[in-house]
Amino acid sequence: MLYALLCYNDEDTVWALDRKQDGEVMAALAAVRAPLEAAGKLGPSLRLLPTTAATTLRKSDPPLIIDGPYAETKEQLLGFYIVDVADLDEALGIAKQLGAANPGGAYEIRPLAVYNPGQPLGATDHAA
Amino acid sequence: MNDAAWIDAAIIAARPQAVGALLRYFRDLDTAEEAFQDACLRALGAWPKNGPPRDPAAWLIMVGRNAALDGVRKRARQTELPDEAAISDLEDVEERTAERIDSGDYRDDVLRLLFICCHPDLPPAQQIALALRIVSGIPLRQIARAFVVGEAAMEQRITRAKARIGAGDAGFETPGPVERAERLAAVAKMLYLVFNEGYSAPDNPDRAQFAGEAIRLTRLLLRLYQAEPEIMGLLALMLLQHARTPARFDGEGQIVLLDDQDRGLWDRKMIAEGLALIDKAMRHRRPGEYQVQAAIAALHDRAATPADTDWAEIDQLYATLERLTASPIVTLNRAVAVNKVAGPEAALEMIAPLGERLSGYFHFHGLTGALNLELGRHDAARCAFDKAISLANTAAEAAHIRHHLDRLAAGHEPK
Repeated sequence: MLYALLCYNDEDTVWALDRKQDGEVMAALAAVRAPLEAAGKLGPSLRLLPTTAATTLRKSDPPLIIDGPYAETKEQLLGFYIVDVADLDEALGIAKQLGAANPGGAYEIRPLAVYNPGQPLGATDHAA
Repeated sequence: MNDAAWIDAAIIAARPQAVGALLRYFRDLDTAEEAFQDACLRALGAWPKNGPPRDPAAWLIMVGRNAALDGVRKRARQTELPDEAAISDLEDVEERTAERIDSGDYRDDVLRLLFICCHPDLPPAQQIALALRIVSGIPLRQIARAFVVGEAAMEQRITRAKARIGAGDAGFETPGPVERAERLAAVAKMLYLVFNEGYSAPDNPDRAQFAGEAIRLTRLLLRLYQAEPEIMGLLALMLLQHARTPARFDGEGQIVLLDDQDRGLWDRKMIAEGLALIDKAMRHRRPGEYQVQAAIAALHDRAATPADTDWAEIDQLYATLERLTASPIVTLNRAVAVNKVAGPEAALEMIAPLGERLSGYFHFHGLTGALNLELGRHDAARCAFDKAISLANTAAEAAHIRHHLDRLAAGHEPK
C-alpha cells in the first residue's frame, strides 16, 4: 500500500528558523529518511517554498489565475503532480491542460525548496 | 528542535501580528508592548504544559489584551487581584479568539505597526532601529551592538523616536486603498533599508542578521498582501541578493566580486524562491523599481558562470530603472553593464556627467578607477582609487581598493 504523508505546520515559524536551527531539523529528518530509503520504503519527499511564492489556477472557463495559495476550505486535497519546467508560465500551461481534462476545483502551483527523489516504489497496482 | 526553541520561534513569528493588534486595541505603543511581554511570560508557563496553541498570535493577542485590561482595572481599584484571575480561563482563550479576530483587521495591524516606524521625521537609521525593536523584538543590546553604540544610548534613541512618532498620526481606522498603497510603499522602502543595513555589514554579525530579518518581515507582508507585485519584487530582490552572501567574502573578510564568486556557495533555495516570486510579479505587468532590480539580480543568479551573464538584457533593465527612478546611482550601475557590452570608454562617458552629484560616493570613484585601469590610464585610476578609499564605508570596501592601489604601486596591472 502506498501512503502520502502530508506535512502541516505554521510557515511563519518554520521560515523564521535561522540557518543553524533549520540545518538541525533537516539533518534530523535525513537521519530518519536514510534507513527508510535503504529499505525501499521511501519515494519522493520534498519541501515546498512558502505560500507567498504560490499561484492558484481556478478551473473555471476561462481559468482564473490568482496570487497566493489555495485558501478555500470547501474542497479537499486530492492529489498532486511534480513538474520540471522553465518558469511559472509553463507550469500554468500544464495546469490548464490538466484542468481542461478534469474540470472543477483548482490547482495551487507552488515551487519546491527541496526535492529528494527517493527510491522508485514497486507498487505497480497503483498505476492509473 | 526542542520545545523551548519551538516556543521561542513561535513567539518571534507571532510578534508583528500580536503587537500590531494590541496597538490597535490600546492605541499606545508602550501599553501594547507591555501587554505582549505579559502574554509571552504566560505563554512560557502555559505552552509547555498544554502544548502550543494552534494560532499562537491569536493566543498572545487575547491573553495580552486581558492582562493589560486587568492591569488598568487593578490600578483603578487600587486593590490586588489574585494573579491567576487575570485571565479567567486560559484553556478557553483560543476558541473565543477564533471568533473575534477578523483577518481583514489583522493584516492592516501589521502594516500599521511597520508604518509608524517609517515616520518621515525620523532619520533612516532611527526608522531601522525602531522597526527592529518594536516589530521584530530584537533585544536592545543586539541593536546597540549592530549600530556600534552603547545600550543606554540606543535605548535613549528609541525612546526619543517613540516620543517623536507619538502614534498619533498612525491612523487607527481601517485605511482606504490609496492610504494603504502609500503605507505599503513607505514600508517597502524601510524594509529595504533594514535589508541593506545587514547586507552591507558582513563584518558585524549583529547587523548582518538584519538582512534575514528584513526577508522575514517582507515575506510576512506579502502573505498579507498577496497580489502586490512590488512587494513580490522586493522580496525577490532581497532573496536573490542574500543568496550570494556565503560567496561574497573570502576567509579574511575581503570582498569577492560577483565575477570571482564561487557560485556553488550560492543558496539555491533562496534563488528558487526569488525566481518564483519575480515570475509571479511580472505577470501583473505593473513594473516598479523593486521588480526591475530583482529581474537584474535574477539574471546574475541564473548565469552558471560569469560569461553566461546576459549583460545586454541587464543594460536594458537598467535603462528601464533609470526611467523609473532618475537616480544617478542607477546610471552608475548601468555603466557596469555598458562596460561589459560596449567597453570601458563608453562606460566612462556614461558616468562622467555624474561626477558632481556623486562626488561623495564611494562606488562612483571605485568604478571610475576600475574603468580607467582597464583603459591603462594608471594616473587617473590611482587618483580615483585614492578618493574611493577615503570614502569607504566598511573595512572590506577599503581593503578592496587598497588591493588595487598596492598593485598599481607595485607596477603591475591588477587583474
